[in-house]
Amino acid sequence: MSESTGAAPTRSNGKPKLALYWAASCGGCEIAVLAIDEKILTVAEHFDIIFWPCVVDGKVRDVEKLPDGAIHVCLFNGGIRTSEQEYMAKLLRRKSKVLVAFGSCAHEGCIPGLANLSSRQEIFETVFRDSISTDNPQGVLPQTETEVPEGKIHLPLFYNTLKPLEAVVHVDYTLPGCPPEAENIWEALQAIVNGTLPPPGRVLGKSTTVCDECPRQRTEKKIREFKRIWEVIPDETTCLLEQGIVCSGIATRAGCGAKCPKVNSPCIGCHGPNEGVEDIGARMMTALASVIDSKDPEEVEQIITRGIPDLVGTFYRFGLAASLLRRSRLQPAGAG
Amino acid sequence: MANGEQFEPRIIGFFCNWCSYQAADLAGIARIKQPPNVRVIRVMCSGRVDPTFVLKAFALGADGVMIAGCHPGDCHYIEQNYKTIRRYVMLQHTLGQLGIEKARLKLVWASAAEGHILAEEITKFVQELKRLGPLNWRQNWESDEAEQQAVEAIAREHEETLEVPV
Repeated sequence: MSESTGAAPTRSNGKPKLALYWAASCGGCEIAVLAIDEKILTVAEHFDIIFWPCVVDGKVRDVEKLPDGAIHVCLFNGGIRTSEQEYMAKLLRRKSKVLVAFGSCAHEGCIPGLANLSSRQEIFETVFRDSISTDNPQGVLPQTETEVPEGKIHLPLFYNTLKPLEAVVHVDYTLPGCPPEAENIWEALQAIVNGTLPPPGRVLGKSTTVCDECPRQRTEKKIREFKRIWEVIPDETTCLLEQGIVCSGIATRAGCGAKCPKVNSPCIGCHGPNEGVEDIGARMMTALASVIDSKDPEEVEQIITRGIPDLVGTFYRFGLAASLLRRSRLQPAGAG
Repeated sequence: MANGEQFEPRIIGFFCNWCSYQAADLAGIARIKQPPNVRVIRVMCSGRVDPTFVLKAFALGADGVMIAGCHPGDCHYIEQNYKTIRRYVMLQHTLGQLGIEKARLKLVWASAAEGHILAEEITKFVQELKRLGPLNWRQNWESDEAEQQAVEAIAREHEETLEVPV
């Protein structure tokens, strides 16, 4: 990387080109790439890092000038919330041989996807007018076009619905996790270098659930009451779900080594659903229906409303934008 | 739907093999009059109805979903329809949070002898859905013209400024 920094965009040092991009996400995925520690130097040895706005200097124009398919691999993190992000996703798709949806946001929307419970108008009202820390006396909201003395300036269009990467372009591989585990990132990069990637279309990683990696003891589950995490200090050896704590491990893809359950905290589902599951929330409903110990509809209602007051936030914390229903209903007035 | 044309709700029905599907059969044999809006999918048990099926039906354009099974206590598989009750409660809360009216998902118990009850419930369900109108869920998230134009505008703008001398 050192000798190539600042060189012309059409440099040809023989190394395969690597690009990383950041759309609607928190930035944690960028940090996660560095969690592979000193191995990042090995990455720089093998790849020409041609575009990584967070870390190296490079212009979108340079990418636009590349021939199609010139980038070997693009690790794309973040969901698609604006027209600019969709443009970049489409551009990088065209320029890359292998496009990887990197992390939960690109994979399934993640936490930013929970904003799919609101419309653009509602989000703007909260962020630019109603929140207590906002100082906006004129009540200005973002516009796509503004006249200034020098001419017209443009801002990207903010969409009503956050979309996972796969909703706008074809994705070759997915690295799950919020953020992906360093080990999995390293394995994926090695597979790319060695040419041992599986056939395209796969989620890279394990296919079973977090329960398979969880050391806690499991017996038969019979739950009469769900408890919120601040209501109990869980026993450290028994399955959390058996203790009445909603743990998403039963529906979540393995690969993290059950990090959260190992420190007495329930799994919240950041790796997305396990292999073959279309909708993580549906999977959670199915699983919990099998362990609730009541046959009386009214009692079941009580157990659910008291123990899981926010079902969408609990079952779709990371996966709402990629779920079957994708968002809440948009009022026609909010579409404007 | 053209103006003035009567809206006919599309309903997906998941009926259990042992009671409710037999009830639907009986309603047919007995020539009980009922609206033809339900597309019936026979499942072995109402407990076989994965919530995925229900969500997928709505996502693909259903206006309503009906799950029908044996009465509690009468399940052919002892107690699988109790799981249906629990899933139904969770589904209703989830759909409610996403803004889908609870009336669009209906749970009916109908034994093999209760063709008339099933027909009656279907009739009521169709009336209720006609009152609610079409759901058309895709329109909530499908990308619209404004989004496409905004993406194209960026491409145009970049093309115009691409040839700036270095």
